[in-house]
Amino acid sequence: MTTGHAIVARALTRRFGDFTAVDGISFDVAQGEVFGFLGANGAGKTTAIRMLIGLLAPSDGEAVVAGCNVRSETETLRSRIGYMSQRFSLYDDLTVRENIALYGGIYGLDDAAIRARGDRMLRDLDFLASGDAFVRALPLGWKQKLAFSVALLHEPSVVFLDEPTGGVDPITRRQFWELIYAAAARGTTVFVTTHYLDEAEYCDRMSIMVDGRIAALGTPGDLKAQHGVRTLDDLFVQLARGSAGANA
Amino acid sequence: MSRALRALLRKEFLQIRRDPVILRMLLVMPVLQLLVLANAATFEVKRSLLWVIDQDRTPASQGLIERFRGSGRFVIAGSSPTAGPADAALLRGDADVALTIPAGFASDLTRARRATVQLSFDAVNGSQAGITQGYSAEIIAAYADELAEASPRAIPTVRRQPPTIEIQRRGWYNASLDYRFFMVPGILVQLVTMVGTLMTALNIVREKEAGTLDQLNVTPIRPSVFIAAKLLPLWIIGLFEFCLGMVIARVVFGVPFEGTPVLLLVGAAIYLLGALGVGLWISTITETQQQALFVTFALLMVYILMSGLFTPVRGMPDWVRVIAQVNPLLHFIGMTRAVMLRGAQLLDVLPQLGALSVIGTVILTAAVRRYRKVAA
Amino acid sequence: MRAAAPTLSALFAFVRKEFRHLLRDRQTLAILLLLPVAQLVLFGFAVRTDISRVRVGLVAPSPDAAVAALRTRFAHSGRFDLLPPVADAASLEKEFRRAGVDVGVILPSNVAERLQQGEPLQVLVVADASDPNTGTTMQNYATAVLRDWSAAIGARPGAMRLETRVRMRYNPTLESVNLFVPGLVALILTLITSLMTALSLSREKERGTFEVLLVSPLHPWQIIVGKVIPYLGLAMINVLSILGAAWLVFGVPFRGSLLFLLAASLLFALVSLSLGVLIAAVTSSQLAAMLAALGGTMLPSTLLSGLIFPISSMPAPLQVLSHIVPARWFIVVVRGTLLKGAGLSVLWPELLILTAMLAVLLAAAVRKTSVRLA
Repeated sequence: MTTGHAIVARALTRRFGDFTAVDGISFDVAQGEVFGFLGANGAGKTTAIRMLIGLLAPSDGEAVVAGCNVRSETETLRSRIGYMSQRFSLYDDLTVRENIALYGGIYGLDDAAIRARGDRMLRDLDFLASGDAFVRALPLGWKQKLAFSVALLHEPSVVFLDEPTGGVDPITRRQFWELIYAAAARGTTVFVTTHYLDEAEYCDRMSIMVDGRIAALGTPGDLKAQHGVRTLDDLFVQLARGSAGANA
Repeated sequence: MSRALRALLRKEFLQIRRDPVILRMLLVMPVLQLLVLANAATFEVKRSLLWVIDQDRTPASQGLIERFRGSGRFVIAGSSPTAGPADAALLRGDADVALTIPAGFASDLTRARRATVQLSFDAVNGSQAGITQGYSAEIIAAYADELAEASPRAIPTVRRQPPTIEIQRRGWYNASLDYRFFMVPGILVQLVTMVGTLMTALNIVREKEAGTLDQLNVTPIRPSVFIAAKLLPLWIIGLFEFCLGMVIARVVFGVPFEGTPVLLLVGAAIYLLGALGVGLWISTITETQQQALFVTFALLMVYILMSGLFTPVRGMPDWVRVIAQVNPLLHFIGMTRAVMLRGAQLLDVLPQLGALSVIGTVILTAAVRRYRKVAA
Repeated sequence: MRAAAPTLSALFAFVRKEFRHLLRDRQTLAILLLLPVAQLVLFGFAVRTDISRVRVGLVAPSPDAAVAALRTRFAHSGRFDLLPPVADAASLEKEFRRAGVDVGVILPSNVAERLQQGEPLQVLVVADASDPNTGTTMQNYATAVLRDWSAAIGARPGAMRLETRVRMRYNPTLESVNLFVPGLVALILTLITSLMTALSLSREKERGTFEVLLVSPLHPWQIIVGKVIPYLGLAMINVLSILGAAWLVFGVPFRGSLLFLLAASLLFALVSLSLGVLIAAVTSSQLAAMLAALGGTMLPSTLLSGLIFPISSMPAPLQVLSHIVPARWFIVVVRGTLLKGAGLSVLWPELLILTAMLAVLLAAAVRKTSVRLA
């Protein structure tokens, strides 16, 4: 396995009975890259991501994330990655600061570090005043930004975001992506799954999954040129319909 | 204690303190249960409705009827010269028992010093009928003695006196026969069980439903740390509830406390491990809070009915009693009653403590193992 | 204003969906079908108040022929397990604490001699009265043996003998199961119709799918009816299976009319259903509905309905409270039908009360549901 890459997947496969959800996908993600992981619903994105973060064991193939084998080194893996789940990871009935304290403590930060990093995070997000607000009282966009920042609290080398911007307005989405860029600039690899094809344009590289396989892999610009389409939207439809056509 | 565990514990306590539903359940429910249930749960037969069919109508028969009326345990619901209305009353539920004194009662007594009466019981509730029959037998026997004394038979002079035997009865450990003394310890145990098992299951399933469980699974927390963080607060709360319940039992119900409270606390601590383990196990087989509640409720009902809480363990057929030995409730309720009512010491309850330790360990290990398999 | 009249097929489609929901929740379904059986088995075998073997310990400071005769009596009585002789009252007490003995008979010293001299003999019968009824019953048994013994050795020759012929009607074998099965029927019906309905309705409300239904051509009452039918069906199946199993396995008699009982069960089911709908209408979350249903239907039905504990023994306030528990009246009907062979002519007051409850609850449920929607 090559070192220096943040994520390496080789022929990663996952079967559930006789249904193959992820069918031998292979790709690399460089350190500090913002990688967009796209695909239609049911294409296997969530299963793939769960394998990469050590929640699901692969049926076949290998993957190395942050230098750890996802099969055998899950414990070390977990201390090196961050994760923002689709369904929000923060506790509604705790305050902002209490959530920070919780995850800081879980990742082994001492109280001083928690306070320092928490203050820095809140200042960057312009949340300092809302430190004692209950998470459930925050608007959706703030919750998302907060969840992302908390996922970065322990300064992981790779952070996985599973559809982080669902249901918010375009301006908030733009702000969110600025946070992602800031993290990438600091050297964190960001692995993002999304439905929004305009967000895919923001990524350094991207892939599109169709029926468990990777149907496209490369920079947005390259892919558009390769397939002779003007927008990623068209690319997506072409690939997805291609699969539908093949299955018809 | 590791930092992660401390952080998790802090979160657990914060959440519990802030959830109004949980708080209400933890504080209101036990008190309510103890007060309502302890008063409702009695098998005592306070008064029985007696229907009288007096076909003799002599002072002797009237005397017997008076004895029943004056006993304080029977209320005359009605009377009739024939059985018909009595049958109707029994059918309607207007009478619990019918006493028939046949014609010739008095003359039989004078002539042969023996007579017969008939009692018909509504035996739908067999146990109650049995108790009522016991009361009736006492009244009738006492009446027989009274009659004998009133008209002593001429005894041919014999050299030696006939022997006399006087039977005295006493109930130990619950001299006042207050049913609540019997029920309250058991209800207390059931309460603590419900808190421990139900709250544990709901707590974990709620995180499953909200999606925060996934988030925690991705962190470096070991499953054992996570489980410890979930169980520890509820263990402490369960012990606290137990103490609260004991105080209520003593102060409100006047349940005696012959033994040492510390012994009971030790038993409760061990017992709770098993109860929490069951909750943990339930959380691994259910997906929603509603399912968790349902399964817990169903399981607890089986446990409670087979624990000797409401009905005596001795009433079970032997093979059922053997199966019931795996029920930790059975041992703990037995231990609680023994310590509170009979003043049992450590040596006396060693078997129960041993059983609780074994059962608790087995349950907890199985639950943890299953959790590890299913979660990560 | 409804645009078009709701068609029967729409209602049908809705009912079909509800059946699917029910059938797909395997776990809940399994519990709903197995629980009655489990309860029946439990109540049939485990929850009994009958007392079989009583362990008796005799304390006799001076064992002699008379004491031996008494011991033999106990040993042969068939009800008792005679323990080895206990030395003194203190040892007896230790045995009690260990739960090693149930009844103690304490005799004075020199029994035979005293009997010979005609001295009065005081015998003390002691029972563990932690469970008062059991204690009293065991005392009764022991006392009966003692009385026989005293009659046999010629004590009180001038005694009067008042014999009693006892008839235990409707339940000659005094089986506990006969008492519990009717209550069980009520309990299962309550569980399925009140609890499950409340949960199902509140779940739809929480998910937001309820609003979608309301916008459809279906009337609110049709939605409720549609939701309720699968559970009603399940409940009636359970009633039949419990009664059938009780009759087959435990020999619970069935002296009344099956049709009458089923009609009464239907009435009771409707009362419980209305209660479930009402609970769902007035609570705001699934968890709240669940707790309300448990506390407001299951608990009273178990504790205050006369299922296990006789109502006449409860303190007055609870007796009054039990009047508003529908299960209380239904249990009277079931017991009457099963065990006493009673019919409409005897049980009409209870049925009338249940009908009144239905009217009140149904009106409240419908009104609350409609209000929520406006």
